[in-house]
Amino acid sequence: MRLKKNFLLFASLFMGMSCTIAQNKNNDVHIKVPTGFSNSVVADGVGRARHIAITDKGDLYVKLNRLEGGKGIVYLHDSNGDGIYDQRKSFGDYVGTGIYLKNGYLYASSNDDVYRYKLDANGLVIHPDSPERIVSGLINRRQHESKSIVLDNGGNIYVNIGAYSNSCQEKDRQTGSMGVPGCPLLDSAGGIWKFKADQMNQTYKDGERYATGFRNVVGLDWNQKDNSLYVMQHGRDQLTMFPQYYDEKTSANLPAETFYKVPKGGNGGWPYSYYDQNVKKKIISPEYGGDGKKEYTGTALDPLVGFPAHMAPNGLLFYTGNQFPEKYKNGAFIAFHGSWNRSPELQEGYYVAFVPFKDGKPSGDWEIFADGFAGVEEIKTPGMAKHRPCGLAQGPDGSLYVSDDSKGTIYKISYHK
Amino acid sequence: MKYFILSILLGVLIISFSSFRDVIEIKKSAPQQKSTPMTRGKVVYTQYCMPCHQVDGSGVPNLNPPLINTSYVLGSKATLVQILVKGFNKGVEIDGDFYSNPMPAQALSDQQVSDVLTFVRNSFGNKATAVTVAEVKALKSKLK
Ligand code: HEC
Repeated sequence: MRLKKNFLLFASLFMGMSCTIAQNKNNDVHIKVPTGFSNSVVADGVGRARHIAITDKGDLYVKLNRLEGGKGIVYLHDSNGDGIYDQRKSFGDYVGTGIYLKNGYLYASSNDDVYRYKLDANGLVIHPDSPERIVSGLINRRQHESKSIVLDNGGNIYVNIGAYSNSCQEKDRQTGSMGVPGCPLLDSAGGIWKFKADQMNQTYKDGERYATGFRNVVGLDWNQKDNSLYVMQHGRDQLTMFPQYYDEKTSANLPAETFYKVPKGGNGGWPYSYYDQNVKKKIISPEYGGDGKKEYTGTALDPLVGFPAHMAPNGLLFYTGNQFPEKYKNGAFIAFHGSWNRSPELQEGYYVAFVPFKDGKPSGDWEIFADGFAGVEEIKTPGMAKHRPCGLAQGPDGSLYVSDDSKGTIYKISYHK
Repeated sequence: MKYFILSILLGVLIISFSSFRDVIEIKKSAPQQKSTPMTRGKVVYTQYCMPCHQVDGSGVPNLNPPLINTSYVLGSKATLVQILVKGFNKGVEIDGDFYSNPMPAQALSDQQVSDVLTFVRNSFGNKATAVTVAEVKALKSKLK
């Protein structure tokens, strides 16, 4: 009875807000995908679409970074089975990035808190207006404030808390300013925190700092194959603040965007070091006595892959589907939002990359999987990009979904034998 | 959509206008090798502001605001001097967008502040009066 009432409430709430979208095949850019793959626009104009999650029935939940009609989560449904999301309903009065589905709940984050919503058998949120707040009061100081989330198989939720600083300088982002000794902000930011997924009203003291030394992680995923957390870190900006060691070009190309497998207690090495993908070494940050060459010998994980600098990896997804060819099975897709910290050089990224995996390790070079989101040949400034890849999700049929937080376009990439 | 097209057109206009300006600047100043607030301001801009606000002043969506016809750029000189000298971390709203990054205080001389503000106020399609060194000095002394 209660369920039924809730469902009715939910349905009626949604009816009020729902709208039918004209079939919008806004293919304003040509997305290049490997031979045998096809790409289509399944929704458009959704808003600042950050991370996405798909239910077993193929419905999509999208977390928005700017409220649309006062709401920050969009639910998309394909009512006639033509593959296009033609129904849209929204709820949640907060902006944010993180969204994840697990064990009958939808988890979503604002830039301060983490919430969950119980789902019915059809994957619909039962109480869209009264989520359970599981974590609150996380640091949000208007820099690296997004709280990405993922769950393991043991009832825990992992939350990224980005550092509210570029490189822990005495004066953030000021030329020549040195690093604060012992970088104190690491006590409450610059790492991954672990909380119970089913316990209400947790704060820092109820959680555990699972891993530290990560400047800002936006893309993260739980690898089911080896039951481990993997993250993509956004490397530091503006090495040109130390012009005696780095010229504009060097700074545009350093440091690497790094991919890690993160064990409990793992340390990414920020802010004391960074990874130079050209010499494949950890280097001491100039703020902490480095000169662009001195190798870092302190504790820090080695990355699995060092990608080109500043491309802003915002989405990470391990592919477990059966639709794509064998090579993709258990490999990692990464959505690169695209750079800004390379000017006056051309900007880079704005694509989805792939890293093949075998036995829990990368088994070959990374490659560009889907490209062309920016829609221009030369990207001088990020404002020129038409679309910017951000979130990734795997559909029940094994297709890959990519969200764009610039125009709110959702792409679906499928393989055809 | 209309606004989107309009803003693209505006952007193209701004870019062509500002590069056109540069050509004139260089031609004018090359023979006498005389630096102007605009040429000096461009040097300061390139070193200190461009990483965040970008070559064409368009900024970075959601991160660093544009410097194109904003009320700040065209408005009060006192506020502009304050933004540069003290830094800025208020969460400005420009056309409904917020920018989640703090702007650090800029370690610039009064001359450099005057030059870069004059440059920004007369580039990227902006048109506003120059900011003199005397004005910077006077406004800075009121800040403390
Ligand atoms: C590290 C990145 C960064 C650098 C470097 C930087 N700014 Fe900013 N700037 C910002 C951010 C972020 C804001 C908005 C802060 C806020 O919302 O509170 C801003 C705001 C402004 C504003 C007011 C808002 C607007 O868009 O009109 C002006 C004017 C400005 N900056 C000019 C400059 C100038 C001139 C320089 C170089 C001397 C400079 N900035 C260097 C990041 C930067």
